Amino acid sequence: MDNLSQHTVIKCQDLSIGYQNKKKTSVIASTINFSITQGTLVALVGSNGIGKSTLLKSLTAMLPTLSGSLQIDATEITAYSALALSNKLSVVLTEAPASKNLTVLELVSLGRQPHTNWMGSLTQNDKDIIQQALEDTDLASLKHKNCFELSDGQLQRVYIARALAQDTPLIILDEPTTHLDLYHRAAIVKLLKKLTVEKNKTILFSTHEIDLAIQISDKMLVMTPQNIAFDSPCNLIKQGSFDVLFPNEIVVFDKKTGRFSVT
Amino acid sequence: MMLQKIHVRFFILLSLLLVVLVCVNISLGSVDIPALEVFNSIVGASSKSSWDYIITNYRLPKAITAIIAGGGLAISGLLMQTLFRNPLAGPFVLGLSSGASLGVAILILGAGAISGVFSSFLLGPWSLVIASALGSFIVLLALLAVTLKVKDTMAILIIGLMFGSLTGAVVAVLSYFSDAEQLQQFVFWSFGSLGNQTWQGIVIISLCFFIGLLLSVYSAKSLNALLLGENYAKSMGLKIKKNMLVIILATSILAGGITAFVGPIAFIGLAVPHLTRQFIKTSNHFVLIPAVALSGAILMLVCDTIAQLPGTVYTLPINAITSLVGAPVVIWLLVRKRKLIF
Repeated sequence: MDNLSQHTVIKCQDLSIGYQNKKKTSVIASTINFSITQGTLVALVGSNGIGKSTLLKSLTAMLPTLSGSLQIDATEITAYSALALSNKLSVVLTEAPASKNLTVLELVSLGRQPHTNWMGSLTQNDKDIIQQALEDTDLASLKHKNCFELSDGQLQRVYIARALAQDTPLIILDEPTTHLDLYHRAAIVKLLKKLTVEKNKTILFSTHEIDLAIQISDKMLVMTPQNIAFDSPCNLIKQGSFDVLFPNEIVVFDKKTGRFSVT
Repeated sequence: MMLQKIHVRFFILLSLLLVVLVCVNISLGSVDIPALEVFNSIVGASSKSSWDYIITNYRLPKAITAIIAGGGLAISGLLMQTLFRNPLAGPFVLGLSSGASLGVAILILGAGAISGVFSSFLLGPWSLVIASALGSFIVLLALLAVTLKVKDTMAILIIGLMFGSLTGAVVAVLSYFSDAEQLQQFVFWSFGSLGNQTWQGIVIISLCFFIGLLLSVYSAKSLNALLLGENYAKSMGLKIKKNMLVIILATSILAGGITAFVGPIAFIGLAVPHLTRQFIKTSNHFVLIPAVALSGAILMLVCDTIAQLPGTVYTLPINAITSLVGAPVVIWLLVRKRKLIF
């Protein structure tokens, strides 16, 4: 591997995350340590309510961290202005956009906002990047459709295209595969994989599709009540990280097949 | 991308329609003036001085007021729909007009209670604007505080209703203590009227309109980002608090300033953005803001032309006409599309 792909994009040291108000602090997870290098596809898994969304909110600066260090591109995340951070990091959220009346092209073009002037006018360069984002996500033929006309799978691709149009080295996605059938789940994850390989993007996504994530992602973050493990899927299987992911009585992890099965 | 040919054509069409409607609006009324004479009079080459007098002192000020009130209320409705992510938002529905009424009620009815000499100073046109804009600004801040806490679109509609009742209650209490003359002044104001504006008043609402318009155009990029929701907007580098404050300021200057002069007017703010979206297929606020302003002005002129009942000496309250036109439009949109989208 060359130097560029070894570049560390995101790095956490002794990070604590959670919610804080005047009266009390509730820690969701602490002593989080991991670093992700450029061009890697990382899946974040864990059971419901474990704090995946909280972790992603903290990593995207929507929620302040409690303690420890969180660096994006070797700079503390708190040192970035909103605009500077939007050049490093783009997001795909679980919440649907407030308006569904936008056309695909309009929505994807909004991704260029951090790079445009006060009127948001698009230069030829902006238009080229938008067109490329549409082609990478296979949406070029749908670009004049309104978002309310699209299926869930197509919509998810539109949100990913918007993040691509924002043109950031790091993309963080919160459960991009929910509400999708098996085919479309696989299609989204394969698309993410393609983007890391072909565009050298660093992508972190949370998901409940553990089987899929084990097969396709380069690294995985496994959140359990005890700790957050970070390694390649094979090593995590060896270490038995998936065995403690859920309470044992209903589902068990089969190390040979890399799948969960119902007991 | 910014301004497609179809948009340009749409704008030319709307502008022509506006010019025609201004002439129609001025020519019709208790005395019919031929449209050509209207044109001549505005240009300054009229033949008949009585028509000239009617036009410059009554009909032209009223037409200008209609254009500004319609355009301004429609823009404020558009801003609120995007800001609150709610297709039912509008200055009347969400209680902005009630807030403005409350400000005006306290000013008119309260001023009488203080002293006679003081009240003539207090009731100048500027203090009316300030009281009204302040009233709607406070309501908007309250609404925003609620939306930040409660992520439920229903909640803000209820808040709007509550402000309506609250205003009614305060007005009832105030009217109990104030004399008949002031009460009458307030009641007439609350019927809403485009007529009887002085040229000074027109200068003031035009100023409110242009400040509001400038702030809206300045916020158009952030409004576009807000179509994706606050979190997405933030992730695209938007300074959310600052931008929301500018949008709120624009909305309350528009809705408050206009309401101060023409009284609370229903449905223009709610219905016009939806009607405009039927004809112009974009969510880009750089296109929507001028389109909505033009359509609002046009609809207001139509309502005013109906209100002055051509050929008779009677004039109906403008608020009744906007409701008669606006309410069926909203119902029709709901039934036809099964939901309002913005």
